[in-house]
Amino acid sequence: MGAVMSESTSEVLVRFRNVQKSYDGENLIVKDLNLDIRKGEFLTLLGPSGSGKTTSLMMLAGFETPTSGVIELAGRSLNNVPPHKRNIGMVFQNYALFPHMTVAENLAFPLSVRGMAKTDIQDRVKRVLSMVQLDKFAGRYPGQMSGGQQQRVALARALVFEPQLVLMDEPLGALDKQLREHMQMEIKHLHQRLGVTVVYVTHDQGEALTMSDRVAVFHQGEIQQIDAPSVLYENPRNTFVANFIGENNRLSGRLVSRDGEHCVVQLDRGEQVRALAVNVGEPGSPVSLSVRPERISLNGHSEHCDNRFSGRVQEFIYLGDHVRVRMEVCGKPDFYVKQPIAELDHQLSVGDVVPLGWQVDHVRALDPLEHAE
Amino acid sequence: MMASSAPMPDHPLTTQDGVPLKTKLARAERMNKLKSLALVLPLALFLLLTFVVPIGSLLLRSVDNPEVVASLPSTVKAIGAWDGKSLPPEPVYRAVAADLIKARDDQTLGDLGKRLNMEVAGYRSLLGKTARALPFDPAPASYKDALVKLDERWGDPAYWQAIRRNGSAHTPFYLLAAVDHRVDDLGDITATTPDQAIYLDVFARTFWMSAVVTVISLLLAYPLAYLLVSLPTRKSNLLMIMVLLPFWTSVLVRVAAWIVLLQSGGLINSALMALGITDHPLQLVFNRVGVYIAMVHILLPFMILPIYSVMKGISPTYLRAAVSLGSHPFGAFWKVYFPQTVAGVGAGCLLVFILSIGYYITPALLGSPNDQMVSYFVAFYTNTTINWGMATALGGLLLAATMVLYMVYSKLVGAGRLRLG
Ligand SMILES: Nc1ncnc2c1ncn2[C@@H]1O[C@H](COP(=O)(O)OP(=O)(O)O)[C@@H](O)[C@H]1O
Ligand SMILES: [Mg+2]
Repeated sequence: MGAVMSESTSEVLVRFRNVQKSYDGENLIVKDLNLDIRKGEFLTLLGPSGSGKTTSLMMLAGFETPTSGVIELAGRSLNNVPPHKRNIGMVFQNYALFPHMTVAENLAFPLSVRGMAKTDIQDRVKRVLSMVQLDKFAGRYPGQMSGGQQQRVALARALVFEPQLVLMDEPLGALDKQLREHMQMEIKHLHQRLGVTVVYVTHDQGEALTMSDRVAVFHQGEIQQIDAPSVLYENPRNTFVANFIGENNRLSGRLVSRDGEHCVVQLDRGEQVRALAVNVGEPGSPVSLSVRPERISLNGHSEHCDNRFSGRVQEFIYLGDHVRVRMEVCGKPDFYVKQPIAELDHQLSVGDVVPLGWQVDHVRALDPLEHAE
Repeated sequence: MMASSAPMPDHPLTTQDGVPLKTKLARAERMNKLKSLALVLPLALFLLLTFVVPIGSLLLRSVDNPEVVASLPSTVKAIGAWDGKSLPPEPVYRAVAADLIKARDDQTLGDLGKRLNMEVAGYRSLLGKTARALPFDPAPASYKDALVKLDERWGDPAYWQAIRRNGSAHTPFYLLAAVDHRVDDLGDITATTPDQAIYLDVFARTFWMSAVVTVISLLLAYPLAYLLVSLPTRKSNLLMIMVLLPFWTSVLVRVAAWIVLLQSGGLINSALMALGITDHPLQLVFNRVGVYIAMVHILLPFMILPIYSVMKGISPTYLRAAVSLGSHPFGAFWKVYFPQTVAGVGAGCLLVFILSIGYYITPALLGSPNDQMVSYFVAFYTNTTINWGMATALGGLLLAATMVLYMVYSKLVGAGRLRLG
């Protein structure tokens, strides 16, 4: 949140202005998108499948035209610029490496269509190959390489002509978990080293949090919240974001009263909770409370908490560095508490009823959950 | 279960019961191979009986030369001693007289006459005349003098050379004739006289017409196949049915329909004249144009299907990727999409070309005499003159051309990349 100053001063590279998109004239796949992408930032479009991320990206790349609205790149409207003139690098989910060309030929392709001299092309290809540590693979065909290697070539190909903007649509979706995590760091480091602006699409919130400077959370064709990963996690603006990003205990109730930034919520069974009033309506309206599992204190640790309840231990889930304890709290049977191994009370066993609590600042009163989930 | 120690370098790996691992593996694989062999055995037998054997025996017929050997056995034996330049010695004349009597009685004289007539015109009549005069009564002192006296052609070495040339049960005669060559009187291979040479022209015409049909089909099929893969499924299925529709009607019906459409008073000419594009009917049928139109129509699906099946496997993201890399859409298509379809294009061209060079009905019905292809002559020799030698020689050469084409293609594109559907 200390970045507020630089946010307002940094230069905008891409600007979506009231962009809408409909394929069939009945449903808006993208509803009134307004988005500024800053020069040099790593922006991720995060959202469940079908939320319109790819469509937004394709409009930026030029493969789909906005039904209305304007997209600007460096202050110039892109609406009438054909995709091959936009100079935007792109990494596709299945790499889209040309199978009949060697790695070197794939990398030379964007340079030769730009009419670059042969020797310059060779130099540039060599440089970019060593950047992704594939020096020895120049003569291979894509079909002879592993998924991770192909991914690197695709990355190199999108960067080799030095575009100011690179788009990636779920580029790691086809890799296994370990390789995916490795490539996340590699892409992030490349971004830091080259200073290129990246727009990244994923449905994996972990990936989004790890890699991005800012994350735009998409849902049903709208941006729900756009913020730095830590802000998104700690201060979700609505229930969708709170649920979609990280783990979340949800309690539903009704608003009793509100004073300033705090409010009192009565749960369905009668308990009252003091919470941050983030996104609530009038007293009496339904509210959804959100508490992160790691913000809940058990036993003695809960003495100083503003909200104190008791819960019955249902199950321990051992995860190595921490233990997740499933409890029944306020009538809700799947209330999770995350305990670091060091803090876990070894006396605790299934069936015990223990006190627990959380601070006002760690429970957020948000809009009630829609049933469509 | 595992061997307790690492295998010694000079001892082969063995299984638990002491059998070398390699032997055991080979045994296991042999069983698998036998099993799969047993599965394809019925098909292999079927192919052998319906394909390999008939074609093989047919091809043998193109070098088969039974008539002279069978009908003139002692002549063939006696003529071996002849030097081939002057007239043959007396024993040859005596042998031919004896053989002809026997041939007449066995009624093989007709086949013999027909065969030798191919070598020297008029041979048939010579044999008939001679056989009628035989046997000489009383037996002459010199059969040579008697025969030459009966017909002076027996004094011409050319007639004897024809017999000597065919003194074996196999002959290159038909194959040579099919490429406008022959063995001359001296035993050398020479070109036939220009007025008799037709087959090389026919072969050239066959290949040329097939090439034209192939190119036209490719030009029409490629965009259509691309349309088929880019349309939404429902529309593309409908279009696909229309592509396949010709398969469901007989070739003969389609050819007849083309005659109706293309003839001078036909639909197309009437339409052209009604539109004022032309004031007299165009000659669209009973010439090359008509043959091309109908052949392309019939063969188009064979071009579309392999190309379509290859295109279906190519993701449209390749084009997007190329465009995003700065290539103009046309350039992207040519450099990125087209090379990936080469296997389908090759398969389609090969298929259409091979089918074309064997075409018979369409040129026969829609073409002029100058538009007939090799198959027409194959049919002519099998149906009209019953000359199996010529028919199979022409057919065999066609088959050989097909094989050569296939080999050239697999060298160029790689047989592994051939995608027929
Ligand atoms: N070319 C298209 N024609 C019609 N509908 C489409 C097309 N592309 C995407 N859609 C629809 O738009 C919605 C959003 O798709 P997309 O942008 O791909 O979402 P995401 O990338 O977030 O998963 C989906 O419901 C999808 O069915
Ligand atoms: Mg998508």
